[in-house]
Amino acid sequence: MDFLQQFCQQTLNGLSLGSIYALLALGYTMVYGIVKLINFAHGDILMVGAFVSYFVLKQWGITPVTLMLSFLPAMLFCLTMGVLIEKICYKPLRNQPRINALITAIGVSFLLENGARVLPFIGPNPRVYPTLPVVNYKFFGINISQVQILVFVVAIGLMLLLNYIINFTKIGKAMQAVSFDKGAAALMGINVDRIISFTFVLGSSLGAAAGILFASAYPQIEPYMGIMPGMKAFIAAVFGGIGSIPGAVLGGFILGVAETLTKGFLSSQLADAIAFGLLILILVVKPSGLLGKPMGEKV
Amino acid sequence: MTVLKTENLSIQFGGLMAVANLNLEIKKGELVGLIGPNGAGKTTVFNMLTGVYKPSEGRILVQDRNEQNQDIGQLHPYQITALGMARTFQNIRLFKNLTVLDNVRIGNHLNVKYKSVEGIFRLPGYYREEKRIEEECRELLKIFDIEHKGDELAKNLPYGEQRKLEIVRALATKPHILLLDEPAAGMNPQETLELMDLIKYIRERFALTIILIEHDMKLVMGICQRIVVLDYGRMIACGTPAEIAHNPLVVKAYLGKELENDA
Amino acid sequence: MSKKMNTVVSVLIVASILIILNVLVMLRVIDEYASQVLTIAGINVIIALGLNLISGFTGQLALGHAGFMAVGAYTTAALMMKLHLPTLVAVFGGALMSAFFGFLIGLPTLRLRGDYLAIVTLGFGEIIRVLMINLPELTGGPAGLKGIPTFTTNFFWRPVLSFALVYLTMTLVVVLLNNLLNSSHGAAIISIREDEIAANAMGINVFYYKIFAFTLSAFIGGLGGALYAPFFGYLSPNMFNFQKSVEFLIIVVLGGMGNLTGTVVAGIGLTYLQEILRFLKDYRLVIYPIILIIVMIFQPSGIMGLFGNKEFSLTRFVGKLAGKQLSGEQSSDKAGEVQ
Repeated sequence: MDFLQQFCQQTLNGLSLGSIYALLALGYTMVYGIVKLINFAHGDILMVGAFVSYFVLKQWGITPVTLMLSFLPAMLFCLTMGVLIEKICYKPLRNQPRINALITAIGVSFLLENGARVLPFIGPNPRVYPTLPVVNYKFFGINISQVQILVFVVAIGLMLLLNYIINFTKIGKAMQAVSFDKGAAALMGINVDRIISFTFVLGSSLGAAAGILFASAYPQIEPYMGIMPGMKAFIAAVFGGIGSIPGAVLGGFILGVAETLTKGFLSSQLADAIAFGLLILILVVKPSGLLGKPMGEKV
Repeated sequence: MTVLKTENLSIQFGGLMAVANLNLEIKKGELVGLIGPNGAGKTTVFNMLTGVYKPSEGRILVQDRNEQNQDIGQLHPYQITALGMARTFQNIRLFKNLTVLDNVRIGNHLNVKYKSVEGIFRLPGYYREEKRIEEECRELLKIFDIEHKGDELAKNLPYGEQRKLEIVRALATKPHILLLDEPAAGMNPQETLELMDLIKYIRERFALTIILIEHDMKLVMGICQRIVVLDYGRMIACGTPAEIAHNPLVVKAYLGKELENDA
Repeated sequence: MSKKMNTVVSVLIVASILIILNVLVMLRVIDEYASQVLTIAGINVIIALGLNLISGFTGQLALGHAGFMAVGAYTTAALMMKLHLPTLVAVFGGALMSAFFGFLIGLPTLRLRGDYLAIVTLGFGEIIRVLMINLPELTGGPAGLKGIPTFTTNFFWRPVLSFALVYLTMTLVVVLLNNLLNSSHGAAIISIREDEIAANAMGINVFYYKIFAFTLSAFIGGLGGALYAPFFGYLSPNMFNFQKSVEFLIIVVLGGMGNLTGTVVAGIGLTYLQEILRFLKDYRLVIYPIILIIVMIFQPSGIMGLFGNKEFSLTRFVGKLAGKQLSGEQSSDKAGEVQ
């Protein structure tokens, strides 16, 4: 019974962590689906989002209301940043070999991390992110904190909103069209540039939200905090099938649970390695991911 | 003697049956034209024959260099090329940033007889082989009259010569079956005429079996012995140029719509 | 003068340059600080050459060469300290171990599109670092590994020997890589970068050549790290972070992807620049990514793109001096190590 209880507890923790990964993975998968680029800088958007809300909360003080309100400036800031990054750094490279854009993405990622590090009001040292006093609820011996509830509610809410945008709005359908065939979409009168920008808007806002949730759950923030969650979210996207939106969500949850179970039952040192283990596993067994379709290049 | 045979060859993309139950039988030394309206599945057939796409159903048998029939269903493209079947691409896929000569040299890859270690340390085998390879490649370029452009970058060639280089590169793999995907696309009538002669010439000289996809009816009717017509992924006719030209099904499916297919 | 003569003259020139530079180090005309910087530059160039092979010539982005460097360095240190193997044997062992890791990583990933190699090598680099921290018996853990036997303990000869070995290795790597890339097998590797589907249709076993190039790339990366261990005498896991991997990438990109001359020039130049810019402290960290982005957007072929992407060829140069121009033939020697 004790084992079962612990198992359920770790699974719950994993689902909570996984929903953050899922939010971030959505950004990777959407951008990949549209411009076929691994946006390495996406993990750093999480960091930027966390810092924006940190400064906002320092101004306003931390209450449940201000915490919720801080999503707004963080998301706005990050989506602006995401769009600018795309316009300035990725767009000029769209017709060049893919490796060039990939290298640029690495450059952008580094610029964000090191840029934050040298900014006088951020700096290299970790800061404590303001949190609400911890409240734990107990169900059948399993603890659930109010932070976890917040993570679930916000993450699932945003996913439902995204689902609505993509499947039931005109621009969402245009996104699907561009992802399917950019050339044909353009011929149908879809403004491809606008759709790409919009994809970055969606991805970066979700990234910012993920940043706030991540900082609330692990309240220590620093310029390099985005690297690991970024990498894991990318793996989640690949695991679920890159380009697939339900795949990113599924992959995020699987990665989160795998990580907390490893931490709980094996060793916390292995927790990071397990993500890469999963990546190798899926690449060997089903390279297109759980829900992805095999993609062949048109000849 | 049959060198290439497909049995119920089919492929599906999503729900779309791109090619359905195709039965082809190509005899040694034949020159066969594969025609049909845009989207009829011609290039898809080539892609299955060369291993780029895996058929959903059916078999492909190819005669290898030792005149043995091989089922190539599970082979990779490079293995199929090694059996002796080479191809060109409809949307030219040259190694653009490499020289013309290097493009042909890469086509010659299967005939490189020295190991990479010999290349790294420049052992005698390297010099001997590289000399032979370069001579052979220049010889091939000469046939197509682009030998003098050997050191230019492939991307700097005019369009017609790029198409020719595609053929030279495929020939360098020393095939006995050659698949040409719209070799005359983008050429002017004069160039097309020259190309027809060249195709006839290489077929004789290298004892090739050739299948070609082409929209230029003059070329197809002029050199092909047999023509296979595809429409919506199905074979609707097969016969000599004269038979095809008078086949009502073909006229309806294809020639009747020729105007819009000329593009 | 015949082609053969040109080659002989070129080899002599390279040899004399190496000897002269060594004498300068010995006489301390190049002082110890400068020779140390130059030696580090040489090691960086070696590793960047390895990275260029897989990313510049084969077109597959790898982001974990600091990891290969670490494998090479720690293996060499362990072979020297635990098994007391001679230095050069240990260095070779380190490079081999790194090649083995490269092979293992390449096997599942190189079947797939190039993007995956980037992310898997990135993860590899991070995991190696975590592993180094958690294997204290072998690696000294987070505090680092001290007391690795250096090339020599003699105070006078140490900088000379380090410099000589590193630059000799670098010259060998340049020459042999250039040989490979100019052979038909090298052409096969480059064709993968140009068009994977066409390469496949030409009868090239794309997967085999990718594995070959990546394993060799890891070998060369490991070789650089292996030289680093007995040169520096101290290793710590944080020397081999992601930042380091990106530094190698910047060398390759700035020099020009797919150009060996560029890597040599940019490697030495950037390592020096790093020293000059020390006063900027952390702000240096911002300059690198900006270089990377600007080069990619405005001059994607790097410095050597300004010179038509041609490799510098010493034999051709010698031939010109001798009044006889050799036709476009690429030669086997480069004098990239000449400042």
